[in-house]
Amino acid sequence: MGEAAFWFIVAVTLISALIVVSSRNLFYSAIALLFTFFGVAGLYIFLWADFLAGVQVLIYIGGILILILFGIMLTHKITSVDISHTSVQQGVGGIVVLLLFAALAWMIVRTPWLVAAAPEPPGTAGEIGKLLMTDYMLPFEVASVLLLGALLGAAVLSRKGN
Amino acid sequence: MEQLNSYLIVAAILFCLGLFAVITRRNGVAVLMGIELILNSANINFVAFARFGGMNFSGQVFALFVIIMAAAEAAVALAIIINLYQNFKSINVDEAQQLQR
Amino acid sequence: MNIFIQYALVIYLLPLAAFGIQIFLGKRLPRQGDWVSIGAVLTTLILALAMFAGMLLNYNPDFETRAAFTWIDQGAFQIRMGFLIDNITIIMLLVVALISSMSHIYSLKYMAGDPRYSRYYAFLSLFTFSMNGIILADNLVLLYMSWELVGLSSYLLIGFWFEKDSAANAGKKAFLTNRVGDIGFFIGILIFFTAIGSFSYGDIFAGVAAGKLTGTLLTLGGVGLFMGAVGKSAQFPLHIWLPDAMEGPTPVSALIHAATMVAAGVYMMVRLFGLMTHDTLLLVAYIGGFTAFFAATIAITRNDIKQVLAYSTVSQLGYMILSVGTGAYVAAFFHLLTHAMFKANLFYGAGSVIHSMHHALHKKKDHETDPQDMRNMGGFKSKMPITYWSMMASTLAISGVPLFSGFLSKDAILAGTLSFAGKYPQHFLLPVFGFGAALITAFYMFRLMYMTFHNQPRRPDIYREIKESPREMVFPLVLLATLCLFIFYTLPNVNPLSDEGWFSTLIVARDSVVPVEMGPVIASEIEEGMHHSHYPAMGISIVMVALGILLAWLMYLKRRLSPAAWADKLKPLYRLSAGKYFVDEIYAKYLYRPVLGLADRIGYLDWDLYDKYFINGFGRVTTWLSTLSGKLDYDGLDQGIIDGIGRVIRYFGAILRGLQTGRLQSYLLFALLGIIIILVFQTI
Repeated sequence: MGEAAFWFIVAVTLISALIVVSSRNLFYSAIALLFTFFGVAGLYIFLWADFLAGVQVLIYIGGILILILFGIMLTHKITSVDISHTSVQQGVGGIVVLLLFAALAWMIVRTPWLVAAAPEPPGTAGEIGKLLMTDYMLPFEVASVLLLGALLGAAVLSRKGN
Repeated sequence: MEQLNSYLIVAAILFCLGLFAVITRRNGVAVLMGIELILNSANINFVAFARFGGMNFSGQVFALFVIIMAAAEAAVALAIIINLYQNFKSINVDEAQQLQR
Repeated sequence: MNIFIQYALVIYLLPLAAFGIQIFLGKRLPRQGDWVSIGAVLTTLILALAMFAGMLLNYNPDFETRAAFTWIDQGAFQIRMGFLIDNITIIMLLVVALISSMSHIYSLKYMAGDPRYSRYYAFLSLFTFSMNGIILADNLVLLYMSWELVGLSSYLLIGFWFEKDSAANAGKKAFLTNRVGDIGFFIGILIFFTAIGSFSYGDIFAGVAAGKLTGTLLTLGGVGLFMGAVGKSAQFPLHIWLPDAMEGPTPVSALIHAATMVAAGVYMMVRLFGLMTHDTLLLVAYIGGFTAFFAATIAITRNDIKQVLAYSTVSQLGYMILSVGTGAYVAAFFHLLTHAMFKANLFYGAGSVIHSMHHALHKKKDHETDPQDMRNMGGFKSKMPITYWSMMASTLAISGVPLFSGFLSKDAILAGTLSFAGKYPQHFLLPVFGFGAALITAFYMFRLMYMTFHNQPRRPDIYREIKESPREMVFPLVLLATLCLFIFYTLPNVNPLSDEGWFSTLIVARDSVVPVEMGPVIASEIEEGMHHSHYPAMGISIVMVALGILLAWLMYLKRRLSPAAWADKLKPLYRLSAGKYFVDEIYAKYLYRPVLGLADRIGYLDWDLYDKYFINGFGRVTTWLSTLSGKLDYDGLDQGIIDGIGRVIRYFGAILRGLQTGRLQSYLLFALLGIIIILVFQTI
């Protein structure tokens, strides 16, 4: 059951990602991205990262994807048929990417990874919270500043006129 | 299924697909989607290594920061795209080729 | 940090903050921000009073506290900055805070309507800040920095009405004359630093005591420091800036003369007395004594009310310097304290008279008459009673009449000179200078009072318009006149003939750290001697003062003796005094003109010979050479080789241009290709 579920999720993730990349309609791409994000969230659960899975759903699907949809709508007339989009240098790009994948896969298979077994933790949110308040205190605060900067930057950049 | 390699391969495929989108897509929003795929694949790697490297939570915290960063990046990138649209009346990145002239 | 240091820090920094606010925001604040400066200075006054109260509660002559931090640290070379607070510091802080507050309040009316009102207050704050730095410094660096800041702020304030040429020149003169003294001061500081390796007072005193700096060099170092005091405290021969400094607004004159600038020199000498050798002190004593006498004789013939006071300041400072020179430096500091009160008061009084004259002249639309000339005054007593009585109190004090503060301090100085001359009979001139100056002081001060306030008005038309000054100007007068009474300096003792009291208990002479064989008279010995010479000095000085007052009374009130006739009889002397001993003229003839002439000569060499022939000739040759090389360069090199290279590059560029699509994505593609190639090569 677990095995089947895992492969099902992997299949959903990869197929939807392929649609994202290849669909000629931008809307279809965005909808396919939704499934990719869900798939990745599923993979997180298999990787004992339940908290991250929640965050993935909340931020990627609830935030970023909505943002992308807004981006599409703000830059296209919603009624126009010209919402499709084209690709360039697909041939060369495909070859190069395939080559890169080959190199990566070869490296992954050949490398003897150091693996250590560990029991499944009862929950991850608590541990992450502790880490954020202790070891990662500074990055945590910096991240808040970064978000503020992004907020202001986005507002300034998208302002009409100059 | 309890194999590190399977996760890594999945992440690699996702990474290559994202990269393919970044290289080939003309539409700025589509390029952005590619970037999101790349970030997701990196996150899978982080979490996978954390899980199989003796359940180290630092990997998950890292993934969390990547998600935060991705949110900020998406906001700024979309602002840039909208700006681009206002200036060129198009969001096809290959038309903004003033580097050549 | 103890409470004294905390208070001192606030006292030090508040005026600076006020200066910053005033100079940048002053014009935009309501009332042009005068309340910022006044608030700051009144707060420092309150804190200074608190410190003073603390000092009285301690009642410990050896009270001393320091705080310092390392400012510059380069291993062996270290400069520490800090405060040194003892009884002298606290009293001086109070004097500065008090006089400065009075000047601030007084200026409210005196400077009202001035176009640069806010800037004026900013400069006053800066002046106060700089002076506090000198007082609080525990090292020569902070002392020197504040010293120069005082010079700067005096320049800004003396030349405050810079539209007038005379004011602008007076500011420059003050600054440049001070510079002469400061060069010596700087050399003195460096002598001490090179020998001892530290700037802080504690290290320097310890170093001299340990014999690290002895002999002629120590004497020279002391003379260098004294040169600074000669400049700042307007001693002969650098006294010339001070009378000119009267061009500044009158409250500024009061501040400069009573508490800040000129006091700095004396204060520094009192602080560093322990470093002075016998020879240095002899020079100090003679310069001080001579200045006291010399300036007093000039004051006799001045007709400008502020000029009289200016020369009287020079003379009184001479007293203080003389006193330091004879080793009675506690007496010098005592006189500094009492003098600050009555001299400030005299200036405020003079300012009040001038202010009133101004208004009278303004009403009459008379722009010719000089409002400061005493020959246009007379009989003002009934019109300006408060000004008259408060000025009278100060006049009695400065003349040294019993029951007033000046009597005690001047008597202490004269007792010091008598005791010094008793020990070294060859220096009999010092007491002669001292007592002579006392006589003349009484004379010219009463001359001023009689000419201004008594007799029939010389100009009835002006007299009719004269009226008492407003409250803001009268208040400082009354307050400071009260402080001219001896009782404030001798409590709990109430005997007017003795200077025993809180001051003499809290400020005691410390012996010099200079090795005994070249040391000065031991300070405690002088103290001892002063007890013996106390009553003789008092007797002689009372007689002298009475003589002086009598003379003035006969000449200017009763008119039994005609001043003009006497001037005629003593014509050469009169001309010397009227011409201020021609010091300015001598400087002009033997100093400025030769220097300017030399500058002209050098200028001729530089411009007409060097520039015209050498530089221009050089230029012409260069032009010719460069024309030639230009031809070679353009026709040969450029056309042939450079352009050829350019053409070849353009050809190849055209071929390679096809690769540069300008598309971000193709660049990314190429970058990826590069990565793959690197990966492949690494694994192989």
